[in-house]
Amino acid sequence: MTTKEDQNTLLSQPSLVWGKIRRYVRQYSWQELIIENLIRLAGISAILIIALIFFFLLREGSAAFLDIPLRQLFSSRWYPIEDLYGLWPLIVGSFLVTVGAVVIAVPLGLLTAVYLGEIAPPWQREILKPLIEVLAGIPSIVLGFLGWVALAPLIQRLGAPTGLTAFTGSLILAYMALPTIISITEDALYAVPKEYRDGSLALGATQWQTVSRVVLPAARSGIVVAVMLGIGRAIGETMAVLMVTGNAANVPELGAGAFFQPVRTMTATIAAEMGEVASGSLHYSALFGIGIVLFVITFGINSLASRLIGGNGRRGRRGQL
Amino acid sequence: MKRQQTQKLAVVFITAVAAIVIIPIVLVIAFIVLQGLPTVTWEFITEPPQNGMTEGGIAPALLGTVYLTLGTAIAAMPLGIGAAIYLAEYARENWLTRIIRLAIVNLAGIPSIVFGLFGLGAFVLYLNYGTSILAGSLTLGLMTLPVVISTAEEAIAAVPREFRVVSLSLGATRWQTIRHQVLPHAVPGIITGVILGLSRAAGETAPILFTVAAFYLPELPKSIFDQAMALPYHLYVISTQVPGMPLSIQYGTALVLLLIVLSLTLVATIVRSSVRRRRQW
Repeated sequence: MTTKEDQNTLLSQPSLVWGKIRRYVRQYSWQELIIENLIRLAGISAILIIALIFFFLLREGSAAFLDIPLRQLFSSRWYPIEDLYGLWPLIVGSFLVTVGAVVIAVPLGLLTAVYLGEIAPPWQREILKPLIEVLAGIPSIVLGFLGWVALAPLIQRLGAPTGLTAFTGSLILAYMALPTIISITEDALYAVPKEYRDGSLALGATQWQTVSRVVLPAARSGIVVAVMLGIGRAIGETMAVLMVTGNAANVPELGAGAFFQPVRTMTATIAAEMGEVASGSLHYSALFGIGIVLFVITFGINSLASRLIGGNGRRGRRGQL
Repeated sequence: MKRQQTQKLAVVFITAVAAIVIIPIVLVIAFIVLQGLPTVTWEFITEPPQNGMTEGGIAPALLGTVYLTLGTAIAAMPLGIGAAIYLAEYARENWLTRIIRLAIVNLAGIPSIVFGLFGLGAFVLYLNYGTSILAGSLTLGLMTLPVVISTAEEAIAAVPREFRVVSLSLGATRWQTIRHQVLPHAVPGIITGVILGLSRAAGETAPILFTVAAFYLPELPKSIFDQAMALPYHLYVISTQVPGMPLSIQYGTALVLLLIVLSLTLVATIVRSSVRRRRQW
């Protein structure tokens, strides 16, 4: 009752309303205006930064694509000393190491996520999930160091002429990509409605039949995203790869043996050579050119992945008014 | 029954695969701890390298990493938290917001070595900061941004809608509401995000290769325009570039780096879980 009377008095006395508005305007001071605009600026900063990164890569690296003949860019010789900048061996190197990492990491990551999500009792999950976060936290240089002092000699003992091979890199990269693959796959499994599992089990299917024929297919798009982001992670990794792949800029002979030869990736080439070049030289531009290639590849992968996520995983607007 | 056997077999197989993933993690950490522990003494972390780095400690590299981590925090926090407030409180569901989110996802996916190239082109050369703590901190700060933004946004968005409704209905402005009713409840979550970002930055090598890291410096850096040694780069140098380096120092350095990064992660995890437990809504 009282509220209605209040409303009536408020409406019958416009001065009261105006007083409120005036007070609001006074409170809404120029300081707030500045703060709110700064926040808006911070909001769009991510776009500006991406644009700036691409701009500076182009600024320093476009000379490589303009001054080096296209045929040379795709030739198989990267000999900066003789001004030969064929990207092919580096692209093949990155490709081999990444494919190897994906082949190792995807089955391991998928099944580990299934274990964590469907099989492991809660107490195990409490221990294992932080452990996988720890793996994600180990600096790549530390894993590279271990690969260099411990893993490479081990692989050499298995019969390879050298321990520093594409396979060594793949193995380390696989473990670096695992946390990404596991956590995204697990989210995807978790998002599958419980009714699907109940329905399948009620029809007499075993747990394995339920997981393999109902849950995994339902989580398909999330799993695809997990694999893509894992690839993105692996292709951009630098230090570990630099230390354990042997850094030979040759195109390896194709076949299964290719994985057991030394290779050199795009990222490792930048890291190894940028320290020794004069800024502005063709070699310098060529290294930035590799950076452009890496930027475009990872940009493509991540844009596609976030598009796939966007369909089923759009975040709800919780607090905002 | 055949499918029951398949079921049993599958469970055994999946458990074995999980073990293949988990056991190496434990082994790697145990290995580094066991190999490195005898070397890590008080002298090791407080004394400079001596005799062509084959003796002595890692103090300058450790200090450099501390400087860089602080610099990264200063560079990443205002921008990251500002962007998080924008996304959580101001952004509408429109094309601009979609592009911002796409940009953040892509920023997170750019290889760290490409950040290094950008830092070299933009900060070291174009802005003429030289190879310096400033250039390195800015580079690492930008790299850390996506982690800070997404965790902080989540923390801010998790504050219940009612807090805002009540504050606004009492006549507070939008910014007053955010400043006094939303942010205080989001602070622990924001801190978690910043520390997580820093733990990544502290262990990175590729972005600092050409922007700040020095092979060896006889003196400590005096200003933010000086070069600095840094722990991850130091580990790279002493394990691949210096011949005749004793393994003990390499393992000791790896252990110290691992401890720094993991303790930052641990702090972040503790803050996060203690907040979750204390939350009253």
